[in-house]
Amino acid sequence: MSVVTVQLGQCGNQIGPELFSTVYEDSTGAGRKTYQESSRERFFWETSDGVLVARSVLVDMEPKVISQAVAKASKSGKWRYGEKAHFCQKQGSGNNWANGYCVHGPRHKESVEDLVRREVERCDRLAGIFAMMSVAGGTGSGVGTFVTQCLRDMYPQAFILNHLTWPYGTGEVIVQNYNSVLTLSRLYQLSDALVVHENDTVHKICSRLMNIKHISIGDINKVIAHQLGSVLQPAYTGDSPSNYSRNPIGELLSSLVCHPEYKLLSLCNIPQMSHTSLAYSAYTWPGLLKHLRQMLIANARMEEGIDWKVCVPSSRGDSVRTGQMGFNRSLANLMILRGKDVSSADAGAFKDPALYVPWLPPDGTFSLWNSPVPFNGYEKSASLVSNSQSLLKPLDNMVRKAWNMFVSRAYMHQYTKFGISEDDFLDSFTTLEQIISSYSHL
Amino acid sequence: MTQSVVVQVGQCGNQVGCRFWDLALREHAHVNKKGIYDEALSSFFQNVDPRRSDGGGGGATGSRISGLRARAVLVDMEEGVLSEVLQGPLRQLFSTTQLISDVSGSGNNWAVGHHSYGSVYREQIVDQVRRAAEQCDCLQCFFIIHSMGGGTGSGLGTRVLKLLEDEFPEVCRLVTAVYPSAEDDVITSPYNSVLAMRELTEHADCVLPIENQSLVDIVSKIQHMAHTGKPGSVIKKDSTIISGQGGVAKTEKPFDAMNNIVANLLLNITSSARFEGSLNMDLNEIAMNLVPFPRLHYLVSSLTPLYTLADVNIPTRRLDQMFTDAFSKDHQLMRADPKHNLYLACALMLRGNVQLSDLRRNIERLRPTLSFVQWNTEGWKTGLCSVPPVGHTHSLLALANNTCVKPSFMELRERFVRLYRKKAHLHHYLGVDGMDVSGFSEALSSLTGLIDQYSQLDSTNTAPSQDPPRLNIAC
Repeated sequence: MSVVTVQLGQCGNQIGPELFSTVYEDSTGAGRKTYQESSRERFFWETSDGVLVARSVLVDMEPKVISQAVAKASKSGKWRYGEKAHFCQKQGSGNNWANGYCVHGPRHKESVEDLVRREVERCDRLAGIFAMMSVAGGTGSGVGTFVTQCLRDMYPQAFILNHLTWPYGTGEVIVQNYNSVLTLSRLYQLSDALVVHENDTVHKICSRLMNIKHISIGDINKVIAHQLGSVLQPAYTGDSPSNYSRNPIGELLSSLVCHPEYKLLSLCNIPQMSHTSLAYSAYTWPGLLKHLRQMLIANARMEEGIDWKVCVPSSRGDSVRTGQMGFNRSLANLMILRGKDVSSADAGAFKDPALYVPWLPPDGTFSLWNSPVPFNGYEKSASLVSNSQSLLKPLDNMVRKAWNMFVSRAYMHQYTKFGISEDDFLDSFTTLEQIISSYSHL
Repeated sequence: MTQSVVVQVGQCGNQVGCRFWDLALREHAHVNKKGIYDEALSSFFQNVDPRRSDGGGGGATGSRISGLRARAVLVDMEEGVLSEVLQGPLRQLFSTTQLISDVSGSGNNWAVGHHSYGSVYREQIVDQVRRAAEQCDCLQCFFIIHSMGGGTGSGLGTRVLKLLEDEFPEVCRLVTAVYPSAEDDVITSPYNSVLAMRELTEHADCVLPIENQSLVDIVSKIQHMAHTGKPGSVIKKDSTIISGQGGVAKTEKPFDAMNNIVANLLLNITSSARFEGSLNMDLNEIAMNLVPFPRLHYLVSSLTPLYTLADVNIPTRRLDQMFTDAFSKDHQLMRADPKHNLYLACALMLRGNVQLSDLRRNIERLRPTLSFVQWNTEGWKTGLCSVPPVGHTHSLLALANNTCVKPSFMELRERFVRLYRKKAHLHHYLGVDGMDVSGFSEALSSLTGLIDQYSQLDSTNTAPSQDPPRLNIAC
């Protein structure tokens, strides 16, 4: 079963090649034949002369980033993008969601749909569509939302998972909160789940854990690709305990998204460090899992600076009080363990019903995948995909800032010009306030 | 890759424009060593066969350069400057059809430029612009350059602006407007400027106001530094933003130093559209991010560093100094102090060896010292372009939408009112076909309205900042 990736806008087209490089490198090497076969089938197809081609469609409204991505892949000599798998225009969307969604999207609907259809038809079986984009700019967010809508219409039964990069709190695009609000509110109706990376968090990982002095966009994208790869690479799952699962996206969704009101997924992993320190590090499964559990309940996205004082409320009555203590309540968690002695790891601590909302059956809240193959050079590593309150605060900040701007109607003329009205904004705000309210009352 | 067309109007507009073309050629020659007509060159230049007069036959991007032609229309109502262009070293950049001129000038009268010449040359100008536009693969932006004080630049320049809006409504219009200093020798310059401003306010997407006096100050500051250079802090040759060294113009003319600053501004603002970078900033993103309300589109610009010292080591401190300077009063191309006024939005366009983390560190560092309007406290837009300007390792262009433009506009209004109260020189204007006295009162009230809008924003700043109540939903 294969996953078709759709890379949208500058951000999607920068993270995309990193992801393919990561999964390619990770699945290359001795002693991992079935792992490799499974990974290759999932992400690549092979031409008649044996070249690996990414199962990916590249879409952008300006040519520079796509040509970099295509060139970088060909230069690797290991894999490449499909020769006719990209679509670009000359002039970007100018950071304007309305321009992307109302103008560029509809104008190029057919061309993009054709590319996706071709890629989907190449799969023996489609495991799902993975659409990568940022929410801040105009193309990723605006065209990305429009394309997701087309995908939903074309493949009503397929799994669609969106990967969203949330912008830095400040400094990228001034209207980023407007664009984010418009994107999220619509994607929430279209997509099966939204996997979110926040640039601020990843930036911290680069500076504190990876010890990178001058952090570039490339460094940020590598970390995101590493985390995504750790989830998307082949693993043994609940449904498929003795063979690598052939339904990764479906199983991910069924483990994590139990209710359409809750589909924001966050991602964290452990350990994460620079390659130079990797050689001098030794980890045990109990140690890793203890840290990861605390990261989950204290809502820390990296192992440094975890608040160890946060604890799981002992009874439901406590939760109001502990809610203020920073306890992060989950709906569902999926843990993926990879590496040496993985079967000896004891994940029992993640099954504690007190971590979860009481209205879900206890056996539906936690899932565990594993693979004995060490991931991307880490002897042991653990990733956690979580449907929890952890994105509540950044989402609330985003909506608050957008609303402040909206109250003075700043920048509205730029959106109404392309046909997005004040009422459209109000609808989006309503949707997101509802989501915020739902997550905060867990 | 997108293209832009430059329309330069009047003496000042054409002098600035020609400095731009010279320095743009220098910049591309510096990067493009193989003589290939690349995408970057195509943004402002056409590749043509110099033997053909129709501007064709030069080969598409990727082929060799056979002859470069500027994507430009040059308009002046006197012959002097344009005939100099035709005899000067840049002559091959333009075909004579791209030049539109008359003989008698506008006599420092906005109405003559706007109404008389505007009507006579309307079709010719539109034809030439359309021809330039047809040579573009994807026309993104018009750069209009003119002064505000005289008759041709301000009058005809703003008429061209309106023509472009009518003919090419989709294409962004970015005006570089040079404002006269208070001691300007043109008596009617306040009239011309205020009449022109109404047009700019109504028809431009963005205006980069530049004050003559600021250019004078920056030039003398650099010359002072160059002459008093202490050992170890010698200014590197051809690294100042007033230097035209390396260009094709061999002799320096009186205003060249000042015009080079404006030319550098244009080079930097377009750098991200021409070259690669890890954080692209397209031209259409400027208005989108920096203009929250349609009329408030006047952006104060600053360029740093003004020069590079001949010291090869660049400690972080010096990089940070570049950011600090960009917000200081002395580096603005307008006599204005953004630091002590209210920001509506701010863009930082970086070139050269600057990393994302340098950018983030400096934004964090400077943020507490600046005040932003309550609904846009994080109003930063950033771009990283990997190719630095010639002679520099890195550079920064800051664009501020800031209420600090208000004092200059008020001063201009005062000078206008002083003349207008006595009806001085009015008859020169009212005698022109198409001009009546309501034109003056409407221009004045347009400017007053603009000033009031800035004042209103200023007044929100004194109120305690509190988030407005959020949307309530039924749980």
